[in-house]
Amino acid sequence: MSFDVCDLYQEVILEHGRYPRHAGRPPRHDATARGDNPMCGDRVEIFLSYAPDGRIADARFDARGCAISIASADLMVDAVAGLAPDDARRIFSRFEDMARTGACPDGDAMMEPLRPLAGVHAYPSRVKCATLPWHTLMAALEGGGQATSE
Amino acid sequence: MNHFAPVALDVARIRQDFPILTQTVRGKPLVFLDSAASAQKPRAVIDAMVTAMETQYANVHRGLHWMSERTTEAYEATRDDVARLLNAADRAEIVFVRNSTEAINLVAYSYGRGVLKPGQAVLISAMEHHSNIVPWQMLRDERGIELRVAPITDAGELDMAAFELLLADGKVGLVAITHMSNVLGTYTPAARIVQIAHAHGAKVLLDGSQAVVHRRVDVQALGCDFYAFTGHKLYGPTGIGVLWARRELLEAMPPFMGGGDMISSVSYERSTWAAVPHKFEAGTPAILEGIGLGAAIHYVEAIGYDAIAAHEQALTEHAILRLSAIDGLTILGHAQDRGGVVSFTLANAHAHDVATLLDRSGIAVRAGHHCAEPLMHRFGIESTARASFAIYTTPAEIDFLADALVRVREFFA
Repeated sequence: MSFDVCDLYQEVILEHGRYPRHAGRPPRHDATARGDNPMCGDRVEIFLSYAPDGRIADARFDARGCAISIASADLMVDAVAGLAPDDARRIFSRFEDMARTGACPDGDAMMEPLRPLAGVHAYPSRVKCATLPWHTLMAALEGGGQATSE
Repeated sequence: MNHFAPVALDVARIRQDFPILTQTVRGKPLVFLDSAASAQKPRAVIDAMVTAMETQYANVHRGLHWMSERTTEAYEATRDDVARLLNAADRAEIVFVRNSTEAINLVAYSYGRGVLKPGQAVLISAMEHHSNIVPWQMLRDERGIELRVAPITDAGELDMAAFELLLADGKVGLVAITHMSNVLGTYTPAARIVQIAHAHGAKVLLDGSQAVVHRRVDVQALGCDFYAFTGHKLYGPTGIGVLWARRELLEAMPPFMGGGDMISSVSYERSTWAAVPHKFEAGTPAILEGIGLGAAIHYVEAIGYDAIAAHEQALTEHAILRLSAIDGLTILGHAQDRGGVVSFTLANAHAHDVATLLDRSGIAVRAGHHCAEPLMHRFGIESTARASFAIYTTPAEIDFLADALVRVREFFA
């Protein structure tokens, strides 16, 4: 392939972008939020259901967006399912750092599956594509509402 | 010899006038297909602004010294250039603003709040830029002036029957409509729109942000009442735009902003306004940008609109031919009368992903909703990629785009 983009469009990203595993609106949910990227009109909705102990039991998303935002949403759900909300918030903060700097801490088991998205830092106009699902998740954890990529 | 044939445009020579076109992007020659967002600047514009700063710069209009007089002359000469460009009847009808958005807001504020009455309506079309939607929404919400939207056809043309029907009750005081769509490339039939609107008692504002770049605009022949455009799409600098309006309208309208330069006299009890156009030009204007716009107009006039229009028509036809041959590529809108803007979607590839991959090949296109979200929804999509053409665009660049798009499609297959 003649495009020099393998740092961004890694196979795992293309795969999750094409065939997301956690896409779709669930029949019921405990919390939801919608995120919009006003620059491009992309949007994502997150639906959470909680376990009795307060952990995230399941998450689904419904999105219209690019390969990066869909893959990021899908990998995010893998990363936060089963976690307590505070742990999900901690991963978000590490993910934001990674998207901005490109550095993914070695030996961080929680971050390892998200490492393929580190390449987005080299594409400033695309960082928001990767972080929009996370901002939306945070809004859902806060009790719902709206998030934007701004 | 066919004397109707326009003088051919010498693209190779024109490209030498634009210093930026020798730049490489990611090691590849720049293929700049985003001129509808903002055009590149010729040496003549760059030099005019630099020379003004280096040799004669001072504030305009108030100075009693040599520098101020020279700068005022250069800045005010652009008003004459614009009047000539638009064939305005009177240079006092040219109001300098920051951009088209400010021009439309000025009309929404001064004409909308000062002349239109609650119960009247403003009529726009379904292919407007946000800057010709939002000011009217704000006016509607503040003043109870209705906002109507004329539909477009699947081809991306104004539905003229529906348009006329929306004027039938005589409530529409102003039609505000694009002269050329920034997404579909459609030229609206401006003269006919004006004729119909006037027959129903409505004034007409044309958003000429795109059209003035590609075609000769004659406001007297069009018969419109307001015309807005921006300098930076016309190969000029950012920060300078134009509102043309009929003198009697400008005189009937209250000022937009208060401050220096727009007054005749000021006391604590009351102030009186300067004559038009200065009544609408509060504060120190964009002096250098105004001088730069004058240079841009001279540059475009020297090439000539006949040659520009013919060049861009040929490019657009070539682009439509090449792009529509790509499997899975859909061009948005196919109006009979269209200009050098081609928006498209590509199966399985989001517009942002398309733009990022093209960028890696040195090709700059726009991707997103192009500040026209309602238009995107009209076609049931969220975003498109858009290639737009200028006087310096070559057919080879369009071939390069088409070849790259075939590879983009394969990448996301």
